[in-house]
Formats: sequence, C-alpha cells, structure tokens
Amino acid sequence: MTTALPINVELPGLSGAPARQLGRWRRLPLKAKAGVILLGFFVLIAIIGPLVTPYDPGFQNPNPALSMNAPSAAHLLGTTQSGQDVLSQLLVGIRLTLVLALLVGVIATALSVIVGVAAAFLGGIWDELLSLAINVFLVIPALPLLIVLLGYLPHTGQTATILVLAGLGWPWGARVIRAQTLTIRNRDFIAASRESGESSWRIIVSEIVPNEVSLIAANFVNTVLYAIGASVALAFIGVTNLSSWSLGTMLYWAESQQALQFGAWWWFVPPGLAVALMGTSLVLLNTGIDELGNPRLRDANQRAKVNGRRLLPTDPTPVLHAALPSERRSPVTAFMRSFSRSAYVSDRAQRLSAAKPSEGER
Amino acid sequence: MTTDLGDPVPVPGAGGGRFAGEPVLSIRDLSVAYRTMAGDVRAVDRVSMDLNPGEIVGLVGESGSGKSTLAYGATRLLRAPAVITGGSVQYQGRRMDTPVDVLQLSNSQLAGLRWREIAIVFQSAMNALNPVMSVRNQLTDVIRAHLRLPLRAATEKAAGLLDMVGIPRSRLHSYPHELSGGMRQRIMIAMALATDPEVVIMDEPTTALDVVVQREILGQILELKERLGFAILFITHDLSLLLELADRIAVMYAGQLMEIGTAAEIHHEPSHPYTKRLLHSFPALRGPRKDLTGIPGTPPDLHSPPPGCPFLPRCTEGTDACSRIEVRLSRVTSSADPEHLTACPFVLPDRPDAAASGSAVSVRPSTEELTT
Amino acid sequence: MSSQAADEQRPAVLESAAAARGTLVLEAAGLTKDFRLGRGQILHAVRDVSIRLYRGAVVALVGESGSGKSTAARMLAGQEHPSAGTIRLNDQLVELSGRRAFRRYKSEVQLVFQDPFASLNPAHTVRHHIERPLRLHRGQLSKDELWKQAAALMDQVRLTPAENFLAKYPHELSGGQRQRVSFARALAANPSVLLADEPVSMLDVSIRLEMLALLDDLRQRFQLALLYITHDIASARYFADEILVMYAGQVVERGPAEDVTQQPAHPYSQLLVSSAPDPDNLGAALRNGTGRDGRQPGSAGSPPENACQFSARCPLAIDRCRAEAPPLLQISSSRAAACWRLDAAAPSLYAGGEGGGNVTS
Repeated sequence: MTTALPINVELPGLSGAPARQLGRWRRLPLKAKAGVILLGFFVLIAIIGPLVTPYDPGFQNPNPALSMNAPSAAHLLGTTQSGQDVLSQLLVGIRLTLVLALLVGVIATALSVIVGVAAAFLGGIWDELLSLAINVFLVIPALPLLIVLLGYLPHTGQTATILVLAGLGWPWGARVIRAQTLTIRNRDFIAASRESGESSWRIIVSEIVPNEVSLIAANFVNTVLYAIGASVALAFIGVTNLSSWSLGTMLYWAESQQALQFGAWWWFVPPGLAVALMGTSLVLLNTGIDELGNPRLRDANQRAKVNGRRLLPTDPTPVLHAALPSERRSPVTAFMRSFSRSAYVSDRAQRLSAAKPSEGER
Repeated sequence: MTTDLGDPVPVPGAGGGRFAGEPVLSIRDLSVAYRTMAGDVRAVDRVSMDLNPGEIVGLVGESGSGKSTLAYGATRLLRAPAVITGGSVQYQGRRMDTPVDVLQLSNSQLAGLRWREIAIVFQSAMNALNPVMSVRNQLTDVIRAHLRLPLRAATEKAAGLLDMVGIPRSRLHSYPHELSGGMRQRIMIAMALATDPEVVIMDEPTTALDVVVQREILGQILELKERLGFAILFITHDLSLLLELADRIAVMYAGQLMEIGTAAEIHHEPSHPYTKRLLHSFPALRGPRKDLTGIPGTPPDLHSPPPGCPFLPRCTEGTDACSRIEVRLSRVTSSADPEHLTACPFVLPDRPDAAASGSAVSVRPSTEELTT
Repeated sequence: MSSQAADEQRPAVLESAAAARGTLVLEAAGLTKDFRLGRGQILHAVRDVSIRLYRGAVVALVGESGSGKSTAARMLAGQEHPSAGTIRLNDQLVELSGRRAFRRYKSEVQLVFQDPFASLNPAHTVRHHIERPLRLHRGQLSKDELWKQAAALMDQVRLTPAENFLAKYPHELSGGQRQRVSFARALAANPSVLLADEPVSMLDVSIRLEMLALLDDLRQRFQLALLYITHDIASARYFADEILVMYAGQVVERGPAEDVTQQPAHPYSQLLVSSAPDPDNLGAALRNGTGRDGRQPGSAGSPPENACQFSARCPLAIDRCRAEAPPLLQISSSRAAACWRLDAAAPSLYAGGEGGGNVTS
C-alpha cells in the first residue's frame, strides 16, 4: 500500500549562516563518545602500561604457594599457574595486541585504498583484473589459510602475523572503496578538475580520496577490529609465536593450564574482557565516523525526536501550538537528559518560543 | 513604534469571484518551522490563503521562499525536523458535509484524506516514480490502495488513466527509465488523478522538461481540469508561466505572502516591489527588447530574520519605516480585483499613464490609513 | 586561411553575426560524434556541426535535451574525441594527443558546467578550487602572488569580501555563489574561449539575469569568445549575437539572435518560439488546446538515418523530407536553415532571400 512519503524539503536560508555551530565533539552521538573514551583508555594503557607493570610478566615465581592465587594486595589480578602476575601480563598484552592490530589496519587499509581506487579509476581491463583479484582474496577462507601459512613460515613472529593478517584483510575494504570511487568518478567536479588541467594522479589523490575519508576511516577501524579478533584467535589456538605476551597468549596458557576447571577466573576473564571491550569501543567509534562524514546521518538522530516522542519517517508532520507545559522531571531523568542532544534541542526550542512575545518584533 | 495597517481585511479568495461557493482548501495563519541545532527556522510565517473549487492558484517564489514548505506543510507531508507551529488548514471537498482541519487529523484520518481528496504531482518524476516497478504496477498500487478495486478492474482503470493523459496503452508494461521525461510526468499526473481528487498540488511539474513538452503537458492539465473539475495549487519559480496559466497568483518571499491577486492584476498592476521586480526578470521573447536587471542580492537568512519587511534590503523603493512595520496583508484599493492583497503599504501600483520618471518612489499609501 | 583554389566548388560561407565583434579564435567544422550502444546500435549524438567563435562575441546553442548541444560543447572542450570533423584554435589544427597538449588547449578553452551543486568538490575550500588552476596555468607563483590573483578573481566575479569567500566550503554557498566560483575557476586559466553549458538553468529566475550580466561583463573585460548553451531561447535572444538551433544532433537554423527569434524560419525554431511562455497572450494558445505530438527524437517512429530528423513532428513534412536530409540552405547573407519547405515555413524570408545555395557553416 503506497502512501506518500513525507517530504524532505531543502532547509531554507542556510547559506548565510555561520559555518560550524557546535564543535565536532558535541555533535557526536552518545555511542561514539563512549567509544572514543573507552578506546582512549586502552590506548593510554598501551602507552604507559608496560612501564608500570609491578612485576616482570614472564617471571616465573618458583614458590608453589603463589601459584594460581586469587587477586590479592600483592597481585591485583592474581597469578598464573607458574606464579606470573596476571596484571603485568595484561598490561603488556594490551599494548602488543593493540600495536599489532593498528599495524595490520594501516597496511590493509593502504592496500584497500590503492587497489580499490585504481580499479575504479582506471576502468577497463585493469578494473576487470583487479576486481578478479579482490574477489579471489575475498573468497579464500581466512582462518584455515592463516593457520596453514603460519604453520609453514619459518619465522612466526609478530611480523609474519601482521603481514599475513594484512594480506587477507584488505579485499572487503577494496570492494567498498571501489564502489564509492565509481560514483565519485562520474560526478561533475571531477570533470571540472580535468577541465582545469589536473593530471590523473592529482585527481585521484587530491580530489577523489578526500571525499572518501570517512569511508576509509571506517574501513580502518573495521580492519583493526578484525585484526584484534584474528590475532587473539590465532594465538589462542597456538599457531603464532608464544614467546610474546599478547592477550591471545594469555588465553592460550589459561586454557592449556585448565584455569577454567580450577576456577581461576582472574586468569582468563581479564584478557577476554579486554578484547571484548576494545572491540566494542571500535564499533562504537565507527558509528561516530559515519555520522561525521555524512551530514545527513548526523541530523537523523536529532530529527527523529520531537518533544521526546520518536518519529517514524512516515509519520505526518507534527503540529505544535504555543509552548508546551513544562514537565516535571525527577533528578535522575534530568541528569540523563543532560546527555541527550535531542533533548537539548527540544528544550532550547521550547525556551525560545516561550520567551518570544505573542505579537510584535521578531 | 509599530505602524498598524488598519483593521484586518477578509482573507484572499474567500467567496465571490468566478469561483463561488465555499473554498475547498482554506489555510489560515499557517506557520511552519524547522528545528535545527542553531534554533528554529521559520520557513513559513503566518500565511493565509484560499483555494476555490476548479480554480488554479499559482504559488511563486525563489527557492527558500517557503512555497513548497507551505504546500507540503498544509498536507502534513514534511519530515522532521519540520514542525507546524500554528494555524489551521480547513478542507472541504464535494464529498464532505463539513470542513475538517487537516492539522487536527490523526494518522488514519489523514490516510483517508490523502490522494482521495488531495493529490500531489511531484517535481522530478524520475525520482518520484519507483524505478523497479512497471507503470502498470505503480498505477494499480495507487488505485487499489485508495479505491479497493480488484486487480482486473484496477488494471482497466489504469489503462483508462493512460488514455486520459495521452499515453499509448502499450506503455503499461514499461519501466520509468524507458520513458521520456514528458511521459513520466504525464504518468505522475495520471497517478494523481486516479482517485478523482478535489485538490491537486503540483510542485514544479514542468521545470525539468523542455519548453515544447512543457506546453503540451500544461495544455493537458488544463483540459483535464475542465473535464474533472479539480482545483490546482501550482508551485513554481517561473512567474511568466503562471501569468498564462493561473487564475490567481500568490507571491511568497522569505516565508511570507507578499502579494496575492488575479493573474491579470498581478501582470498589469502589481503593487508589491518584489512582484514588480520579478515580472521584469524574464527576458521577453516577443516584443521590443527591454533592459533587464533582475533582483540583486540574496534572500534573508531565516535563522535570524530582520525586523519589518523581509524584502527591504533588496527593495529599491523602501524607506526606514519599512523596517518597523509588522508585515500584514491589506487590500489594494486601487485594484480592479476586490481581493487583491499586498504586504507592502507604501508603493502605488505601476500604471502606464503614471509619470514615467526614473524614480518610482511614492510614499503615499494606497491601502488603509496608516497611523504613525 | 582556407584553400582559395577550390573556392568555386565550395558552397558559400555564411557570414556570422558574431564576426563583427572580434577575431576568429575557435573554428569547428563538421563535428560528428557517434556513440556505440549495445547490440550494434549507434547513437548519432552530433552530426556535422560547424561553429565559429569570435573574441568578444556570444554564440548561443539552443536546443532541447537530447539535441546534442552538450556533447558538442564537450568536443569543443576537448573532453570528447570527435568521430569526424576538425577543430582549429587560432587557425592551428587541434590535436589533443598527450597531456601537455591537452593542458595547453585548456589554457585557451574552458568549459563551465551546468550544475552548481555538483561542479565543486565538497571536500575542498573555494581557495583550493581557484588556486589549483592558477598554479597549473600561470606558472610558478609565490604564495603571496597566488593569493592576490585568487582574490582578484573573486573580485571579478563579484564575490566580495574575497577572504571570506575563499575560506568557505561549497556547501556553505548558495547556488548563485557556487556558479560564480565556477566562473572564477574557469577564468583562472586565462582562456580566450569560454564554453558555458546551461550556466543559469539551475539557478533561481531572479538571479539568472544577474549572472548573465556578470558573464557579459566578463566577456567584455577579457574579450572572451563565449558559447552560451541553453534550452531557453528567450535568454539567448538577449544575450547572444548569433543563435544556432540544434535538433537531434544537427544545426537546423543559424542566424543573428534577433532575427532567429523574431522571424524563425525552420519549423522547429517556430515551434520553440511559440512554446515559450508569452504573458501578453495570457494563455490563449494554452487554452485553445495544443497538438498531442509528444514524440521525442529517438522514440518509436524515429525517421531513418538520412532523412530530416524533424520530419516525424513537422506539420509541413513531405515525402522528400522523409527520404533526404536537407542541408543548411542560405536564406540571407547571415541566415540559413535546413529545411526543404522553407517556401512554406518562412515565405517572406525565402522569397526575398538570396537563392537557395548550400552553406557549409
């Protein structure tokens, strides 16, 4: 049943308005702010963590009394089976995992951008070949290939892991970027750049890619997320080098030493939680990037609520008459509302219309 | 110190004239605002106008003048962050005994009103038609949604609609991208007329089309109007088209109604400076080559509208007092049309026998007495 | 210029109303463009079009969408390679072989696009849009020089104060302001030819005249050869010296702007002129009903290749029209129209004209 969908008419009179009203931070949705804060916390740990470890993570204390100890004053997160301090391992592990994931993200994203943009821009036979490469890499089952590759490589250190993960993590991003570049390529301003006499190279780097920044950033965050998960998984099943103390290694040892059966929750819960929280922060951050890059999405949150009621796109235009009676709010509601951007807008509009005299100058 | 323009005058178009009887659509003091982070933008500010049965009213203005917002706001089709902040929209079609206020209706009541009573022909047919549905499916979809006919009868009616707008029946099975721009627009018109509505709102239906096709489509629209008897609210930025097509013309600027009157009066005796400048913005194809200037400047920022008349910064005939008045519509007493209203209290209409001097500034008010 | 020896055999060369203004700078002869569509079909977008642009003069290319006018402009701009025909710039044959040749051509011939909302890169400031072509076409400039020249360009397109506008992003500008930025960008290359593809069609009616006045001012100041492409024949009458009416890829009529609009000779020009809104007539034509010949070129029933493309819609069409395409026939020293029925379409012009000799351009 078709009904006429509500119209989204061009907002009037905006060309003269000042450029940016609120700072970027204030405009981010709540989710993204949470993501940024959480990720920032982990980055902080990654930077200073290994410098403040109370003990050497690898130090195996021969004292049997200190094996598998629950958290205590001396060991804030308890000890492992061989008397190593879990907290120290955690701090070192977070840095290692994060650095590894970031490197994978950088390399894989760079590859995605190069292949995706080249395929879309060059077109023709190059597009066919590069798309074929993308599709082949996409279809390869990643985890088994990772296991096989790492099993056969002579050195299974961090470098190998990074390279292998990056080599398998780029095709999805390449595909997306290729699609985006195809749409941008046909737009007038690219033709106009050509008119100005720009070389193809400059057009790619200076005109096309800046329009894809939010897409590339989102892609990067996604790849980092994938890398965290993959590296932990690989370490957990023991494929990668166990000499470095990453979170995956911790989990591997915890599992092999049967921490679960022994009830030593302090050994596997902290690393697992750290991985989960890092992943969550990245996902939350991604929603923010989306909205920053696409102004329409940015306003979607704010538009959807009028006077606290969430509106569907197919709802008719709401009708308001005069100022509404002020609602009494409990302190808790007031506190919660202070975080909400849409509530801020509604309240402000209400205050403005209430303050206006019923007649006279505007 | 505000200048009062006298007692309120009757609203444009009510009763009398060629189109007697109750107006089919009666907009009173409608205000629409957009809620943005920077505050409210008053896209439409206390606009009142009537639409009589069988009449063509043209709504003309620049982009950002609020003409589309007015029409869509009156039918509650605007999406958030738009809100209607005041006024009423009374609708009374032939099939109804009493008028209803569109702004007070619930969702389901509105659904009954939409398309059966008030239909819309959108601006860009390529965007308004579903690209993955054939013409037949789109037409029968609309017909069955509002008339509850079985599929066969709906298809027959769809074919009849195509006949009515002059498209071969074989095109029922085509997809929108296979049709020319003119044909797509005709299909939009056919869809709008599917349920025999009382009011058809046409939002720049021919702007994207070429001049030849535009003329054909407008002829078609007129013919259908004579046959079926619906009223048309024709929104466009092309005033020269309305001078030919419309019975009455309403000129909007910065969300407010500047002038409203019959097409003949607006053409020969415009009273508002904006209307006058607008009339001179069209290079005439026939007749002597006149010197044209357009209207320099830009429309005001609606976030913080200046006090008084919004056209003042671009007006060559304005005075200081214009920034202190409260903008209201008043009757133009020197006009042949009894319902010719203008929002400008100061300027006499252009008369061919007036002194043909360079400056046309005259501060004698032609409307109700001013109190200073 | 042209070979004198074969003059007697060559058909007469039409005088151009624009020639009075200045020197000939861009000459296109016999431009043709065919697009190969799927299934062996060929779309003849442009057929044998010849245009001459003179410095300080405005030539208007008027036609519906699908008439090929934009494709012709793109060929003149060097963005499309003609399937046939030649282009001469300052009497040098234009051969856009490599990047350097293209850039040199671009510093003489610039194209301004139609859609102000799409022709600026949303990721860059106005300053970037202006400084890039400045850097490319005006050689090595210091930062100061660059800024000064950019500000000068802003002044010339009347976007002042320049510092404010240079710092803005496209989404902060109105349609008219964006179009001015497009003009400034084109001027940055210091061209002698400006091809304006429907420069005001997407702008509000009230600012169109202002923009055309700006274009006129720029034309005078820089002695530009302007090609004004539009579907609005009324604005062409005001703005242009010479009008070329295009239909289905061909030029069907050419002549001085005032003559072509006041006394159109070709049936299609007559249809265009009569379809334009005429407020003085107050709708008489509209209300008396119009023909239902809604067929567009290319739709079902399009005439064969070598016939007159307008014959399917023409009220004066005879068998000869459907069999043989008419060339441009001279009506007067500066006017020509491609029609076999000129005696019926424009009796006053044809009878008094100088014979029906063929015309090359």
